[in-house]
Amino acid sequence: MNNNQTVKILSFLLLVLVQGLVLNHINFLGYINPFLYILFILIYPTSNNRVLFLLISFFLGFVIDIFSDSGGIHAAASVFLAYIRPPLLKFSFGMLYDYQSIKFNQIDLGNFFIYTTIGVFIHHFVVFILAFFNSELWLEILKSTLFSSIFSIVVILIIKILFSTNRK
Amino acid sequence: MQQIVNFVLRNKTFLMFILLFAVSLALTILNNSYHQSKYFNSTNFVTGNLFKWRNGVTQYFNLRSQNEALLEENERLRQIISNLPEQEIVVSDSIDEVLGMYNIYTAKVYKNSYALPNNYITINKGSKEGLKQDFGVFTSQGILGILDDVSKSYARVQSVLNTKSRINAQLKNSNHIGSLRWNGKSAELVQMVDVSKFAQIKVGDTIVTGGQSTIFPQGILIGAISNFKIDQGGDTYTIDVTLFNDMTNIGHVYIVENKAAEEIKSLDIN
Repeated sequence: MNNNQTVKILSFLLLVLVQGLVLNHINFLGYINPFLYILFILIYPTSNNRVLFLLISFFLGFVIDIFSDSGGIHAAASVFLAYIRPPLLKFSFGMLYDYQSIKFNQIDLGNFFIYTTIGVFIHHFVVFILAFFNSELWLEILKSTLFSSIFSIVVILIIKILFSTNRK
Repeated sequence: MQQIVNFVLRNKTFLMFILLFAVSLALTILNNSYHQSKYFNSTNFVTGNLFKWRNGVTQYFNLRSQNEALLEENERLRQIISNLPEQEIVVSDSIDEVLGMYNIYTAKVYKNSYALPNNYITINKGSKEGLKQDFGVFTSQGILGILDDVSKSYARVQSVLNTKSRINAQLKNSNHIGSLRWNGKSAELVQMVDVSKFAQIKVGDTIVTGGQSTIFPQGILIGAISNFKIDQGGDTYTIDVTLFNDMTNIGHVYIVENKAAEEIKSLDIN
């Protein structure tokens, strides 16, 4: 097992534990929780086997679901985010993605912000649609999506900046 | 045959996505159907132990409020005991008969959630201690939910703050009954529906568990009426009930087993 894989597995475990034991219990203003764990999906290396990537994303969401007793909600949203990631990357990074040369630890923070914002909103929207599963509660769905997304984006960007290996 | 194989290979990412998404949806639906949520939830060995460890750290943060709640309950019970007429204490046969119908267990809350539309609470007792599905759960202040899955050492409570919960409730002052539900909006407010329009209700009245339930004993506190309106049909009330429990701060719970539940259920079937 090489160094890269060890880092991946450790960050997987760490994100699951932080999400399941800490972030799921914040309940800011009564109901707002950030979902930091999707950082794993967002910065997973690009030039890899996509089927494997989908499987890993599913498994990540599934473990989070076990922690939060939510069935398969996070698994569904994670797989969805993983599947639509290539067009999202293309939209946010353009040229870089075409040459398969995105290195997530040396990219422009502005582009990463756009990429994260769109990804988080899509993921959270799927989560809350499945969680409420009731079209009469669309206002609650939009409200939860908006506030949780803002919280998640802030937390993801902070973690990304803190743990970025590329310090200039 | 060759073409099918080629098709699968060409679209393997898309097919994998559809498969995994379908599995996720199936898991979500299974989780939402009562009595079938057996397999993947927080009562398993690994998450149970992790939550136990977490509880070991966080339980100290709300000790003060937990103690106050227990003290309040003791005060209330003392009041009841000391105001009982003497002969009722002496003639204890009838009381024993009623109390003998129920077994009470205590447990600690390891994981509480109230921010989702379908909330579950994980507690630290399981089938080892004799817990089973469908036992009622309440705290010193009021009702909490019903056990919906039990593993060896842990159990999961379907909270009253769950859009699937249906609990038999009644007005404390009269015997008008209704069904307790939750609309998924506020963690303090639940709804009591199907209350007859002949019931005399006013804001502030107390709601307790009803006698028709095989799960809870009659008269466990639920909450107070904060608002009510008559339904469109004009025959029933829908009542907003403010829970006595602070659902965001729950430490210790009681679990009640109705020993006659099986017998009552078998009567219902016939």
